[in-house]
Amino acid sequence: MQGYIYPNEFELHWSILVVVYPYVTGLVAGAFILASLERVFNVKEVQPTYRLALLTALAFLLVAPLPLLAHLGHPLRSYEIFLTPNRQSAMAMFGFVYAWYLMVVLLLEIWFDYRKDLVLWARQEKGLTRWIHYALTLGATDLSPRALSFDERMGRWITIIGIPSAFLLHGYVGFIFGSVKANPWWSSVLMPVVFLFSAIVSGIALVLIIYMVSAMLRWKPVDMKCVDKLAAFLFYAMVVDFSLEMLDFIHRLYESEESIEILSQMIESRLFISLIVLQVALGTLLPMITLGLTAPALSKRSAVKLPDELKRLIYLGSAILVQIGIFSIRWNVVIGGQLFSKSLRGLTVYKLELFGVEGLLAAAALLILPFVILWVLVKILPPWPEAEAKLPRAEDDSGAVTGAVPLR
Amino acid sequence: MNPSERDPAREESTRPTQEVDRREFLKACSLLAPIILGVVRVPLLNAQESEGDDYDPSEHFYAMGIDVDKCIGCGQCVVACGTENDVPDEPYFFNTWVERYLIRTDGEVEVDSPNGGMEGFPPTTAEGDIRRSFFVPKLCNHCANPPCVQVCPVGATFKTEDGVVLVDDEYCIGCRYCIQACPYGARWLDPEKHVAAKCTFCYHRIVEGLVPACVEVCPTGARIFGEVERRATPLARFMRFNEVQVLKPHLNTEPKAYYANLDGEVR
Repeated sequence: MQGYIYPNEFELHWSILVVVYPYVTGLVAGAFILASLERVFNVKEVQPTYRLALLTALAFLLVAPLPLLAHLGHPLRSYEIFLTPNRQSAMAMFGFVYAWYLMVVLLLEIWFDYRKDLVLWARQEKGLTRWIHYALTLGATDLSPRALSFDERMGRWITIIGIPSAFLLHGYVGFIFGSVKANPWWSSVLMPVVFLFSAIVSGIALVLIIYMVSAMLRWKPVDMKCVDKLAAFLFYAMVVDFSLEMLDFIHRLYESEESIEILSQMIESRLFISLIVLQVALGTLLPMITLGLTAPALSKRSAVKLPDELKRLIYLGSAILVQIGIFSIRWNVVIGGQLFSKSLRGLTVYKLELFGVEGLLAAAALLILPFVILWVLVKILPPWPEAEAKLPRAEDDSGAVTGAVPLR
Repeated sequence: MNPSERDPAREESTRPTQEVDRREFLKACSLLAPIILGVVRVPLLNAQESEGDDYDPSEHFYAMGIDVDKCIGCGQCVVACGTENDVPDEPYFFNTWVERYLIRTDGEVEVDSPNGGMEGFPPTTAEGDIRRSFFVPKLCNHCANPPCVQVCPVGATFKTEDGVVLVDDEYCIGCRYCIQACPYGARWLDPEKHVAAKCTFCYHRIVEGLVPACVEVCPTGARIFGEVERRATPLARFMRFNEVQVLKPHLNTEPKAYYANLDGEVR
């Protein structure tokens, strides 16, 4: 402790779990926006990651409310947010935004996208997987061209609704912080926008990592065009994100409100490692420069010519650094916002515990859990291009098999 | 008008024509006293009416006045509040606390509140270079536009009709958003109940016609509790005769803890 803090500020109220929450939600929004690149904006190069991105978004979305639930003083009362929401409260909208995103956007889009494959897999397979896939079709086994084109149209429409929804999902998380006028570190109209763009950055980087690592684990070649494009998009998103953050930073410095002194002190002491070193230097500038040089972002060819293998390694390294950087952003927002006193006269410290619900291990478990869920999802709904089931020729042409239960 | 300048003619004309016997007059007064005192609501002079079971919140609107010049930093209010409201013993939870400000001659400001000021304050060092020093009692400001109430996702924290901000223990989910939203650091999380906690103006006392514990024990009358909108209350008088200020007015929370003689350095 340094200077004066209000006596009730000795305890930090939002712990590492509340850092995990916006980090995970950001990954969901980012992964979804990446998936929509292919679907709505027809960026064909990133097609191999389309389904993987959707499943990644789903796996992380399923985990997103867990850190919040674990953090609540009374998790069993959390349903009250749905039953008697205070309509003035930004946080009360969480349940609705989350439910909308999960039910209307993500699950529907995945279902429409996989329906044809589910039907075909159910026909070809035996045993348990056959029944799982059949159950997932929800009985809609029509594979006529009309039905398939309906799937396609619906998928596209849901993505179009999904993009603003993804913006809403993470912009809203930013709003939860940005609207707290009591806290000068949080209170900023740019907060939702910064959250959103950092979400896009983190989502693209995550899918890039998962795509490359999964290809490695499956002994499959990495589609170089795809990762080049991903790296280029990652670079663009980082440029926008970093510009916004710098705008926020310069704006604060220039306005120089009464909080500026204590915030400067905080950045120089408490947040030096996590903000200056991890977030800005290692998490943003280094990967941004590397990607700018190696990825075909600024022109059709990369500025520095490198063999593909080295380039892949650089992309992977940059994407991992980006993840560290984005996690640091969340840390600096959530924890940083509580390290200075609202009396603006002193700084406090956050002692991260190792064990316990709000400890490091619990947070790590919550960050590993989505990967376990993703592994299960990938087993049930393989996102790989080669797993995609081909329509039998006859059916393809005539559309004869309509509505009939295909399980023989 | 100076008494010596009174007009004898005028005095003559207003004098009652029939002399009232002094004994009769006193007798009448003693009979009428309960009625007269009831009409001017003498109990209100002690800030509160005795309400009991038929308490009607719509007839009240409470606030607190704090005279910074009167506070001696004894910390009795902090102790009384802790006892009255079962504030946990850990050293970092307070419904009310006292801050000491030392403003040095070079303009440097030092603030401290050891254990919320509960045991008073240690002697100051280097007294020679102190320009001003004073104590500031703090508590929930029971804002008329409270950010804590706005952010509560389930509506567990609310404004009562009589102007008090309270938390429903049975309803609070313990998300702590209200604690983050309070600009005054007035809220804390009850470590046993796992719900948000704060000053209630001793709501259980005020509905019984008593004043909050901190007000009751203050030896110098630095805290004045009562009705804002009525005329003949100590708080109304306090607000009439002092220039009052609120904390962090730029946040538009419309606090109802009114400070007299507040220094600009207090945040």
